[in-house]
Amino acid sequence: MSQWPPIAEIAAQVKAKKLSAVDMVKQALKTIAEKSEYQAIISTLPDQALARAKAIDSSTDGGRLAGVPFIAKDNFLVYGPDTTAASNILKGFKAPYQATVIEKLESEGAICVAKANLDAFAHGASTENSDFFTTKNPHDKTRVPGGSSGGSAAAVILDMVPFALGTDTGGSTRQPASFVGCVGYKPTYGLMSRSGIVAMASSTDTVGTLAKSVEDAALVIDVMAGKDHLDATTIDREPDGYDISCQLDQGLRGKKFAVIKEYMGEGLASEVREVIDGVVKKLESAGAQVSEISLPSSPLSLAVYYIICPAEVSSNLSRYDGQRYGYSDESAKDLQESYDLSRGHGFGKENKRRIMIGTYVLSSGYYDAYYKKAQTVRTKLINEFNSAFESYDFLVGPVAPTTAFKIGANAADPLSMYLSDVMTVAANLVGIPAISIPAGKAGDLPVGVQLMARQRADRDLLGVSRSLEGILK
Amino acid sequence: MLDPKVRAKYKVSIGIECHVQLKTKSKLFSGSDNDARSAAPNTLVNHIDFGLPGALPVLNREAVRLASKMGFALNSRPQQFSKFDRKHYFYPDLPMGYQITQYDQPIIVGGSVDIEVDGKRKTIGITRAHLEADAGKSIHPAGKDYSLVDLNRAGTPLLEVVSEPDMHSPQDAKAYVRELYLLAKYSGASDANLYYGNMRFDVNVSVSTSDALGTRTETKNLNSFRSVEKAAEYEISRQIELLEKGERIVQETRGWDEAKQKTLSQRGKEEANDYRYMPDPDLPPLILDDEYVAKIESAMPMMPGEWRRRLESLGLSKDAIETLIDAEVEEGQVAYLSLIERLLKTPQAARQIANWQINVEVPLRRENKLEGNLKDEDRLNIYQTAYELFTSGKMNSNQTKDFLMLMMNQNSVPADIEAFATDKGLVQESDEGEIGKIVEEVLAEHAKVANDVKNGEIKAIGFLVGAVMKKSQGKANPQLAQKLIKIQLGL
Repeated sequence: MSQWPPIAEIAAQVKAKKLSAVDMVKQALKTIAEKSEYQAIISTLPDQALARAKAIDSSTDGGRLAGVPFIAKDNFLVYGPDTTAASNILKGFKAPYQATVIEKLESEGAICVAKANLDAFAHGASTENSDFFTTKNPHDKTRVPGGSSGGSAAAVILDMVPFALGTDTGGSTRQPASFVGCVGYKPTYGLMSRSGIVAMASSTDTVGTLAKSVEDAALVIDVMAGKDHLDATTIDREPDGYDISCQLDQGLRGKKFAVIKEYMGEGLASEVREVIDGVVKKLESAGAQVSEISLPSSPLSLAVYYIICPAEVSSNLSRYDGQRYGYSDESAKDLQESYDLSRGHGFGKENKRRIMIGTYVLSSGYYDAYYKKAQTVRTKLINEFNSAFESYDFLVGPVAPTTAFKIGANAADPLSMYLSDVMTVAANLVGIPAISIPAGKAGDLPVGVQLMARQRADRDLLGVSRSLEGILK
Repeated sequence: MLDPKVRAKYKVSIGIECHVQLKTKSKLFSGSDNDARSAAPNTLVNHIDFGLPGALPVLNREAVRLASKMGFALNSRPQQFSKFDRKHYFYPDLPMGYQITQYDQPIIVGGSVDIEVDGKRKTIGITRAHLEADAGKSIHPAGKDYSLVDLNRAGTPLLEVVSEPDMHSPQDAKAYVRELYLLAKYSGASDANLYYGNMRFDVNVSVSTSDALGTRTETKNLNSFRSVEKAAEYEISRQIELLEKGERIVQETRGWDEAKQKTLSQRGKEEANDYRYMPDPDLPPLILDDEYVAKIESAMPMMPGEWRRRLESLGLSKDAIETLIDAEVEEGQVAYLSLIERLLKTPQAARQIANWQINVEVPLRRENKLEGNLKDEDRLNIYQTAYELFTSGKMNSNQTKDFLMLMMNQNSVPADIEAFATDKGLVQESDEGEIGKIVEEVLAEHAKVANDVKNGEIKAIGFLVGAVMKKSQGKANPQLAQKLIKIQLGL
């Protein structure tokens, strides 16, 4: 049982002065301290959080998230402690501005209490690529919590806070949500501003929400969604909103679902398949129509992703050159050496691997064979998904091929680690909303089910997720 | 010096890339102030210009509008679809590690610029013009083991205008860059201040004895018309001399040494750079609808080409026209052409006033000798009054010039300009009685000359007129004086 009531209730109680924001923050900080062995947290901001809490307690309208403590993945720029993206190259970097979504959450009274661990620059699926430490799965300390938002996901299940922010570039929110057993939401591309979030792959980066329930997630999403003049790729929000209180259509009866055939084949662990099959049965008995659909290009999505993503990564990481902020190697004798040593020592192995792959696929002579071809397949993938949504309301499948794996199991083999993203990257490449909902357990380990909807159908996806969550409990 | 006969064997081809700084308030992708002229280093820099983590570029609409205007000025029009790309290289004055530019789908495609050299009209093709963000400025203090970077200029909007290799002499090149400057000024796209580097030229030169283009060199970062001409001239001679010696031209980037008046090879920094262009995922494609483009087109001011046609139709000389075209957009000058435009229905007045502008007001303003602060409306009023007084014979041409000099130095125009001018002694005496008395006196004083004139030595009348003018302290109308002399002498 969670120590946190639903988010809307916390805010209502704080506004009614029945709960105090200061107590909420103290409770969160206390839990963070108690659960430090899981290594979910990179830094805390107690003084700042308590000061904000006091201000909210003394105000008459604390906002829709009044006094609700949260944790942000450490690739969100937040005032106070370092923003590191779990990379040595950003050690010591203090954000001089805040991410737009942080500003929006704060303006509704939410309070950031800590920054969570991740794979450095979000490159990974286990937090093992963090330059600092690996986060442990709350259900089994010998296993990973998934990644790259593993710290945020673990923090929610360790009950440190009612919700946490992650990012989802190829599955980095949904996969850890599945591995620890919380709700993980990836919005339509552009629904939330990327301004002030350390960029990974700009064309697929989204803000992920990790929470204990769809209802909690929906409220937070409603606060964060919308156009931002600091991010040219943002889109207008749904006028009716995303919050459960905004009369989301929660019916399952008559809704058309399709299970993605390619996600249910070879490589899927049988215990995960069993859980998904169980979800399908429950959907059917709730009156939904469930079919199977083949998306023939979907097996290519991982290959496409691991061309486009490193290409954008290699470009986005160019700014970390040791000249203006972050780590700069003092022993360098000239400019070239300063670049070489600062980047050589500042970046981790996986960062360098992606920079090299990205640099290669963008090189003249190789651009057409890799990057351009990948974009062509991406367009094909988008068309396939779009036509699927002409016949179906939602697509269903697993989130990841397995449950949480052992720490170190994939560390020596980057390709098998990349396979962890095989069922999540398509939603990022296509730009559609997708969610991971706790669906059951395989042994002691949680398994999530993934739902996807057409672009901008976040409202519908949240509504139906809420109902599905109800019948899966 | 190159033997003209040798020179004549070679066909010269010159293409020019010009970076035009657009006169926006803020930078191309951020809200920072774009005017770095008097700002302390690194004071016009925000999180975007500094390349902080999480900072995203957002396109400046005004830059798009100005680039579109320049497109029309280049006899082209903005593309409905264009996009932005990243050009990667590492340098401390490039904070993001890439420059945002337009690689394969620029905002302007095709176009032309008309020039005239030695009376011959030529059309120079424009390949393309694309929007891009400028880099910062690197300073390398002499004798120090460090460099300094100023990011005030980082993110300044540039429109890079790329010409076809359609110029065939240094004079063509000079005429082209001057015309480009005028187009940038007249369209309002740029301040085009060369001193502040608002326009920078890269000159590509090749020579060949056949119709195929020879190996070219690119002389970068020229900042004056003259240096463009000189660098082209130098490169032509250098390349021909090398070829005549049986050597080959190396395709390379060169710099211009103003002190030595030479181009110099710039090896090192840019060896075999692979810029790894990719579409910028942070910026959606730029899509301009017909309505937007039509609105800009309809608001285009008159370009120098059209002004030349209008001024030629008034019968002004080429030199006079070019003086006005230049002066119109010079620092410290005022509007001339809009005044003339309002007089086009009376071509004689328009021509006369244009000539006064060219011969009186333009030179005075160039020498900073006019302190008056008059509105264009007042200046037009002064010119029109001058024209009336001059054509009615109340002022001679010297008096008119004096009148204009005096009036242009005022801060306001008196209600009765003629009375004011009369007061200042600038209006001719046309009172027959008054002048008649002076003539009488002069004829008496110079009886011998008067007699000579009377006896047919008519040339001597000039002396008598001069004497009348002197006695009237220059106020007499000379035509009237002559007429009265003749009458009194019974001629």
